[in-house]
Amino acid sequence: MPIPDDSVGLVESQTLHFDQPLTLACGKTIPKWDITYETYGELNADHSNAVLICHALSGDHHAAGYHNEDDKKPGWWENAIGPGKPIDTNQFFVVALNNIGHCKGSTGPASINPETGKMYGPDFPIVTVTDWVKTQRLFSDKLEIQTWAAIIGGSLGGMQVMQWAIDYPNDLKHAIIIAAAPKLSAQNIGFNEVSRQAILSDPDFHEGHYIEKGTVPKRGLMLARMLGHITYLSDDAMRKKFGRELRSGKINYGFDVEFQVESYLRYQGTSFVDRFDANTYLLMTKALDYFDPAQAFDGDLVKAFKQIKAQCFVVSFTSDWRFAPERSQEIVHALVEADKVVSYAEIEAHQGHDAFLLPLPDYMNLFYAYMSRVAKDIPA
Amino acid sequence: MTKLRADLSIISDWIRPNSRVLDLGCGRGALLSHLKERHNITGYGLEIEVDKIADGIRAGVNVLHRDLDTGKLDFASNSFDFVIMAQTLQAIKQPDVLIDEMARIGKSGIITFPNFGYWENRLRLFFKGRMPLSNLLPYEWYNSPNIHLCTLRDFEKLCHEKHITITQRTVVDLSHQTRLLTKWFPNWFGQIALYQFTKA
Repeated sequence: MPIPDDSVGLVESQTLHFDQPLTLACGKTIPKWDITYETYGELNADHSNAVLICHALSGDHHAAGYHNEDDKKPGWWENAIGPGKPIDTNQFFVVALNNIGHCKGSTGPASINPETGKMYGPDFPIVTVTDWVKTQRLFSDKLEIQTWAAIIGGSLGGMQVMQWAIDYPNDLKHAIIIAAAPKLSAQNIGFNEVSRQAILSDPDFHEGHYIEKGTVPKRGLMLARMLGHITYLSDDAMRKKFGRELRSGKINYGFDVEFQVESYLRYQGTSFVDRFDANTYLLMTKALDYFDPAQAFDGDLVKAFKQIKAQCFVVSFTSDWRFAPERSQEIVHALVEADKVVSYAEIEAHQGHDAFLLPLPDYMNLFYAYMSRVAKDIPA
Repeated sequence: MTKLRADLSIISDWIRPNSRVLDLGCGRGALLSHLKERHNITGYGLEIEVDKIADGIRAGVNVLHRDLDTGKLDFASNSFDFVIMAQTLQAIKQPDVLIDEMARIGKSGIITFPNFGYWENRLRLFFKGRMPLSNLLPYEWYNSPNIHLCTLRDFEKLCHEKHITITQRTVVDLSHQTRLLTKWFPNWFGQIALYQFTKA
């Protein structure tokens, strides 16, 4: 399949090494760490057109383009990033990185701990959104980007954007926060806990040392992903996609795959096992659970947002029940109370949380509109 | 500076520089971007239609997606210098609730609406026995978004009942001029009413 013209085309990942020890929110330190990343577009002379993309739970640094001509799928946000797309690579220098603790190149549980010479495995420290933002700031220094024209992210990515705007108010001009929440609800944490238990109770997990044992906690990771997938879709989207359609056309009175939705979830679960790491999944869900930027400000989100200098754009989707529009409205409400520059849009969409990755016309229209404002703020 | 709809340009004269302004039903952001340029105001516009929100954003306005028909607005009391609602009142489900909200949120409220008491409306109803149709009210009774039309007297009576003080009133015709007849008999000859009010 030829690569489409509106794609950034063939891209290569790069890795930056950091030799300074990194002390994390949990108190532990990692002596050395790597960040794997990709860039699209050209950095301008005064380094003012850079846009940072923050990824969500299962995303990574491969946000757009193709690694080779035979790739079946492009990067995860191909719909939004590329020449002539909302995040226009003709105008912006787009940077996407893989967070530490992840499993796609940056230092994580599958990396070797230089202090022991062994794989970190389950001993990789718990990382938080605050830790990520700190590493992203150090990473920006190496790229010689002092101020980002915009930092953009959906879901867990949107949470990193909020944290950036609070922790480094002078270092970004625009914060684009999509399908996020100011902190997780008890229900959100509940779902995360079930997915963690699925992994932890898998006999092949071996308390996180599965790689040394030559096993993979497939069942646990698969179950976690299946559960996650239900929360990413809406009731309506699942009904439209699968209904109660039967694979063989009749009921078999058994526990094999009968309904199409079961087949779909099993497929999503098993294919995830091949491309994701169980220890990383555990870390990601914990980063989500712990996210609460108000905590450092007496639990007062308005007080936290008072730090912000960036202009903010918040987007939600009507059928998203993982981070429902009400959660985005909490963010908007606090930004207004803090007297910040903010715009908000709620996109009519039936696809649930996953809608933030799709090229929905209303969504793209607003995205273009907002990015034109980001472009205007870049000094000519 | 771009040319502004005439009622909006009268409103613009009422706004003090550096105010914090909330515009209910801000459309494509014409008023707010003008006020920002002319008076250096800050604030937000509320709008329900996505393509208008997009245009407002392009115009550099802070637009928040909101449905004004939900009644209550989640803004703190007295948190804005001006809360404006231009040519929108007549299309609101619960205009009385929204007027209360405007008076609560804003130190000052500004409302403009088409005067249903205008003589042509009265004559059409009186002689033809038909619902009024005009440039300002171009819809048939069955497809009109204007579900809560009122006259100057109706509006003033509601404000009186709510203990809302009207601090300023301008009544104009369609060319947005104040003529002698509109001055003497505003409820007969005024086509557009502009009010400023406060609940002090």
